[in-house]
Parts: sequence; structure tokens; C-alpha cells
Amino acid sequence: MRLAHQFAMESDFVTADMVEATEFPHLAVRYQVRGVPRTIVNEEGALDGALPEAMFVQQVVAAASRS
Amino acid sequence: MALLKDKDRERVRGELASLANPVKLIAFTQELACEYCRELEQLAGELGGLSDQLKVEVYNFQIDKEVVARYRVDKIPAIVVEGDRDRGVRFYGIPMGYEFTTLLGAIKDAAARATGLAAETKAALRLLASPVHLQVFVTPT
Repeated sequence: MRLAHQFAMESDFVTADMVEATEFPHLAVRYQVRGVPRTIVNEEGALDGALPEAMFVQQVVAAASRS
Repeated sequence: MALLKDKDRERVRGELASLANPVKLIAFTQELACEYCRELEQLAGELGGLSDQLKVEVYNFQIDKEVVARYRVDKIPAIVVEGDRDRGVRFYGIPMGYEFTTLLGAIKDAAARATGLAAETKAALRLLASPVHLQVFVTPT
């Protein structure tokens, strides 16, 4: 989670939300959250698990370019 | 009853002692039909009491519509962590357990006006040319 917020701080294009799944169960259902952390990129792409920094940024940039 | 236990409070006070610049915790809550709003407001207030650099603002999600729109907050309870300006850092729901550490980290980065990200990561982020919205789902641990 920390990385997503740091991406937001570094880039004006990025906003990063922590969403507590048990408090927003309708969102957990909508985004098919079965394990955490699960990161939804632009409503579409999903990344599961806590990824190392280099891999996370790579996958975020890749997912963003597809959306 | 305090959310932060005595021992935790002193540890957090120590962690926040070295904030170099002011940081705002902007909380969005409402009185009714929001199970965790009161707790979130309390947590923000307790944190605000631990550092002179930390300012807490609380807005009513139903009433303060101009502020809600400005920060594009779409659900509650919510906290925006703002350093020099709004950089898109949001917490929806109560950041407790491991995510409390994440909140402290966001406060420290916002105060430092810098992150500890690698140069390669910053370079990759500069490739972005359109808005990216990350929603990271977590559970209390």
C-alpha cells in the first residue's frame, strides 16, 4: 500500500486510495477481492499481492497504458 | 476511550517528532449511517495531538459539498494526507493494524515532501501521460 501512495506523491497523474475491504463490501464484490492486497488500476486491471517496487511500477505503467 | 494505547501513543509521538514541514489530515465523515466515521475522526484527532506539524480538518460528507468535490472524495470515512498540496493520497476506511503504519509513512513522506522511491521508479512514473487511479484493497490485520 505504501508504494501506491508514494507513486501518487511522485506523479501528478497518479491518485492512490487505500480501501478497507470489510468497510466497503460492495466494492470488494465489484472488484472481486478474494485476497489482499489487490490493486485495481483504472477500474480495469488488477494486481494481486504485495509486489516489489520495480515490478509494481512496471505493472502499473503497463496496466495504465492498456486502459 | 482512546484508540491509541499509551505505549503506542508515545511510540507514534516519537515517530512524528521529526516532521520537517506541516501536513494536513483532512477527514471526511458524517454523523449517521457511517459505522466507522466516529472512530476515524477520533483517530485523526489523536494523531493531531501528537505533533505540532500535524493539522486536522474534519468535514461533513453531506454538508461540506464544495470541499468534498475539491478532493473528489466519493465515500466515507475518508482521510486525505496533504503535504505541500494535494497529491492524491487517500485512505478510505480506518487505517488500523498494518495500515496504521502505512498512514504514518504517508504522513512522513508528505512532511518530507519526498518519497524514498528508487530513481528507476521515478523515471518509470514520468512515462505516464494520462491519469492513473490505484485502488488498493486491504483488510485489518
